[in-house]
Amino acid sequence: MTTATQTANSGAVQHGLIEHSHGYGVPIQTRNERIRSTNVADFAPISTREEQWRYLSADRINGLDADALSEYLGDISAKHPDSVTTQWVGADHPLFGAAGVPEDRVSAAAWGSAEKAYLVTIPGNSESACEVQLGIDSESDEPSALHLIIDAKPFANGIVILDHKGKATLGENVEIIVGDEANLTVISIQDWNDDSVHISAQFAKLGRNAKLRHVVVSLGGKTVRVSSSTEFTQPGAEVEMLGLYFADAGQFLENRLYVDHAVPNCKSRVTYKGALQGERAHTVWVGDVLIRKAAEGTDTYELNRNLLLTDGARADSVPNLEIETGQIAGAGHASASGRFDDEQLFYLQARGITEGEARRLVVRGFLNEIIQQIGNDEIQSRLSASIEAELARSNS
Amino acid sequence: MAILQIKNLHVSVETEQGKKEILRGVDLTIKSGETHAIMGPNGSGKSTLAYTVAGHPKYEVTEGEILLDGENVLEMSVDERARAGLFLAMQYPVEIPGVSVSNFLRTAKTAIDGEAPALRTWIKDMRAGMDALRMDSSFTERNVNEGFSGGEKKRHEILQLELLKPRIAILDETDSGLDVDALKIVSEGVNRAKAANDFGLLLITHYTRILNYIKPDFVHVFVAGKVAEQGGPELAERLEAEGYDRYVNA
Repeated sequence: MTTATQTANSGAVQHGLIEHSHGYGVPIQTRNERIRSTNVADFAPISTREEQWRYLSADRINGLDADALSEYLGDISAKHPDSVTTQWVGADHPLFGAAGVPEDRVSAAAWGSAEKAYLVTIPGNSESACEVQLGIDSESDEPSALHLIIDAKPFANGIVILDHKGKATLGENVEIIVGDEANLTVISIQDWNDDSVHISAQFAKLGRNAKLRHVVVSLGGKTVRVSSSTEFTQPGAEVEMLGLYFADAGQFLENRLYVDHAVPNCKSRVTYKGALQGERAHTVWVGDVLIRKAAEGTDTYELNRNLLLTDGARADSVPNLEIETGQIAGAGHASASGRFDDEQLFYLQARGITEGEARRLVVRGFLNEIIQQIGNDEIQSRLSASIEAELARSNS
Repeated sequence: MAILQIKNLHVSVETEQGKKEILRGVDLTIKSGETHAIMGPNGSGKSTLAYTVAGHPKYEVTEGEILLDGENVLEMSVDERARAGLFLAMQYPVEIPGVSVSNFLRTAKTAIDGEAPALRTWIKDMRAGMDALRMDSSFTERNVNEGFSGGEKKRHEILQLELLKPRIAILDETDSGLDVDALKIVSEGVNRAKAANDFGLLLITHYTRILNYIKPDFVHVFVAGKVAEQGGPELAERLEAEGYDRYVNA
């Protein structure tokens, strides 16, 4: 077991950022050998002995480990230009399963339990980016399943915002098809109320020269886990995966990423940043990148940084890079979790800024690096406001 | 009129080999309008004095006192000291990712003054300060000290000196790492700020070079954690000619 992990537990004496030891992490099994199935029975029961559930125990997921879930009955509000279509389709629709296959038990249960899927179609050749806002407003905490399909046609240009809020116990699959030469941004915001549980698997499949920017923002919810995977099927495609999370006391926020470089000359960038405050605030970031033998000319870099604002919080960060060919343009990763840099605080305080305000400035700055890259003004200001609210809580 | 009094100051730091005393009884008094130069070899405790006055948590005062206008500075937090009028221009200013210079300066000014500066005069003052220090206007959009060259970091420190208007300013090796042109610009900035605000200035330096541009009234030679000798500007000239060997070998 040579994956790099940092954990900053309460009482640990840390100064600034702790870099993980370098070298290529070799997972227990090679990443593409993991079980993939739409049948829930193919997966072992959820247990922290399983790699996928190493950090998340079954008692935190409000019954989402059941074999079957009820169909999502909440509201999906959609705002989009006329050129975009949104509709419910049956599970027999040809695009159902076009972008992915479940890799964990909850995803498989949600897959099998969904009798319909919400399909968003973004036409090709649009001149400016079509913006699609989907409000996933749930009011029931009954364990339920939702299936979304985003189909960006070849040469499409669009932004899809998945805005999760309300009360939910939701198993979700999101399939993202990015056609040849298409340029798509998907922003998934998890801002649930305090008791909610959300386990989402998001699968992206990219065509030739396609570009995807995938953004995951997790703020509210008892347990929120988003597994995001990108599969390159044709050369020349690019993915940028950005993530931002802010965990308060008792919250568990997990992000699992997988970038599968199966074909030559694709590029991936993964940047996730998180802040944690309060007792038993826990975040997990696992970033798997696989560069297969055929994927010559791959260029990949993944980064995860965590800032622990108080004692009693815990951040796990595990980058894994598997490389099966030497003919690559670049491959790297970085991961660090640390407390406040005392020297930054000293510098700001030496200019008259109180400790509380100095901390807020540093956190805001730390997370701003992600927010500024989201590329949507409305979302950016909304997230800035949410972060301010989180920080105000830390001051009380 | 401000007066900073340092009396019999003893300071220790924790090292891997245990507690180590760095300052061993420093006495120094700085008043508004005065310029004091503290010179000394590496490791003599010059920077420790600067950081102790500013309140860095690494330094433990074991004996003695620091008073600003009779108030006990050692009881104040770092930010309280700054708001009381103490300023430290740092030798190694740290990067603050994601925090722009303009945001930082405005936040600091608001903290020091207790109210937000009037926007119009503030922007004017900031521009004027930056122009005088030959800083490009795009500077304000950059993140604090991130990717700054050595010279840019020092100019940014002096810009803060001009804008925050302290009562006592300590410059910790502001001259180190500057070429002659940058040294001149930075020194002019210090002189301009001092003429405008009449602060007491404590200039910490290893070399006499900066004293060609900023004229000291008093020179103190620091050796092994205390003042070994003091005098007027002529002492600096003597150090220039003779170096520190006389003190170190004594």
